Amino acid sequence: MSIDLKTIKHISKLSRISVDEQKAEKLAGDLNSIFEFIEKLNELNTDKVEPLTSVAETTLKFRSDEVKSENIREQIIKNSPEDNEDFFVVPKVVE
Amino acid sequence: MSDITTQSLTSLVKNIKNKKLSSEEVTQAFVDRSEKSKELNAYITEDFSNAINKAKKFDQNPNLDLKLPGIPMAVKDLFCTENIRTTAGSKILENFIPTYESTVTQNIWNEGAILLGKLNCDEFAMGSSNETSFYGNVQNPIDNGLVPGGSSGGSAAAVSGQLTPITIGTDTGGSIRQPASFTGTVGLKPTYGSCSRYGIVAFASSLDQAGPMAQNVEDCALLQEVISTYDKKDSTSIDFKRNDYSKELTKNIKGKKIGIPKEYRVEGMPKEIEDLWQKGIQYAKECGAEIIDISLPNTSYALPTYYIVAPAEASSNLARYDGVKYGFRAKGENLIDMYEKTRSEGFGAEVQRRIMIGTYVLSSGYYDAYYLKAQKVRKLIKNDFDEAYKKVDAILTPSTPSSAFKIGEKKDDPVSMYLNDIFTVPVNLAGLPAISIPAGHDASGYPLGLQIIGKAFKEQEILNVAYAMEDKINFKNKITDWWIK
Repeated sequence: MSIDLKTIKHISKLSRISVDEQKAEKLAGDLNSIFEFIEKLNELNTDKVEPLTSVAETTLKFRSDEVKSENIREQIIKNSPEDNEDFFVVPKVVE
Repeated sequence: MSDITTQSLTSLVKNIKNKKLSSEEVTQAFVDRSEKSKELNAYITEDFSNAINKAKKFDQNPNLDLKLPGIPMAVKDLFCTENIRTTAGSKILENFIPTYESTVTQNIWNEGAILLGKLNCDEFAMGSSNETSFYGNVQNPIDNGLVPGGSSGGSAAAVSGQLTPITIGTDTGGSIRQPASFTGTVGLKPTYGSCSRYGIVAFASSLDQAGPMAQNVEDCALLQEVISTYDKKDSTSIDFKRNDYSKELTKNIKGKKIGIPKEYRVEGMPKEIEDLWQKGIQYAKECGAEIIDISLPNTSYALPTYYIVAPAEASSNLARYDGVKYGFRAKGENLIDMYEKTRSEGFGAEVQRRIMIGTYVLSSGYYDAYYLKAQKVRKLIKNDFDEAYKKVDAILTPSTPSSAFKIGEKKDDPVSMYLNDIFTVPVNLAGLPAISIPAGHDASGYPLGLQIIGKAFKEQEILNVAYAMEDKINFKNKITDWWIK
């Protein structure tokens, strides 16, 4: 199989990473060589194999949903790239 | 004492406990050496003056019952440190100041250690040479122009170059063991679930583990004892009986069965790696271990499996970097444009490549062919180990297929870079513990490592094998201080 520029554009959209023509061509080359390497898995018949999702053979534990960190609002907001005092700011989404 | 920075952690702890050294003397010595070692580019963020102040404060009322009393320590910049910038080697987190502390680092400070600074690493731990870091590549203290390995390259260089007595790294596919091997140091990747992942910048959540990187096995055991705790804040943390790894350390491995997997004899492997492996087998025998030939038939499928599973998890984990709540933001015409430009300008090439691979293998129409397939092969790889461990207690292999390479040598060929992790990746896929110990040199005098893989939760067992073999190997790192003018 081969990953063409159209596919790269599609993945770029899904990944929310903008890609110009030059970058798309470089990525197509890289991804093709990586997938060529990955295709090796097709040598194996895995029809009767159960997929492994976690190596830890335990079920995930529940815990109560409690607030543990208090009064960190200011610190949190300070990390945002475009802040005002109370909210995260994003480009206008509603006209 | 002028030789403070050449001492092992164990010896520094002893000297502080016996009051032969103060925390301030020790901290000052490592700060001074770190200051003279800028050329290694091991640090991303330094916290030296705070470290000296904390050391002075420690000395005023020292609690000498702690395991790391007043010991200065730099850590990989993938661990969130409260109020100290944490970048994960990325531009996208250039100004990120965590409001919380990772459990692993908190455990370290609770035992009396003092933060020296944050160490360089590949961006989001994605790399095997430290060349993907936004903050520049790290020099290997072994030789000028040589990579220290990755992703914990800054950590490995800092221990090997004596900028910190010991450190921690993280290992998703070999990121502790491969740099340890490249720098002549000891690195342990614990069992999945042994060390909490809380507060570690996530790469691939089903594979990531934190672990110690040290000058010797005894130091490594001591730090493992400190960092391995059950943690409710990590839902995959496992509540099992942890050993007192340093106290229970023994060189008596008589009768232990050590497996040699024939599939690790890969095509094109340099003769010096094969020779090193044979030497390792000989040492293990001399220690009284029984050598047994084993087979791990699906070994050659581990890397392709990893390069589906890890990017898939990464693409999902890294979706959070959108320029809204924290981190870098690029200007955009609208919200979507802002997201796309932020991620395009904020992430480096390798991270973008992996996000795109991950997105592709999880996308509609390809999920079964790639992601599900990889999860099934992952099961087969784990089964191989389960089968082998019916016959043996541990497995001995080389850590890497070569010694450290030159900066720039593999940068433009992702697949050849990925092949570095051929011996380390299967361990992460199976969730097992493994340790790399320095075991010899190649023709250029560069260090080579051997890897001992254990059964799940049997860190003590592999630490013991490593401890016994270390004694026989008697490795001496050739550090010339070339970078100190």
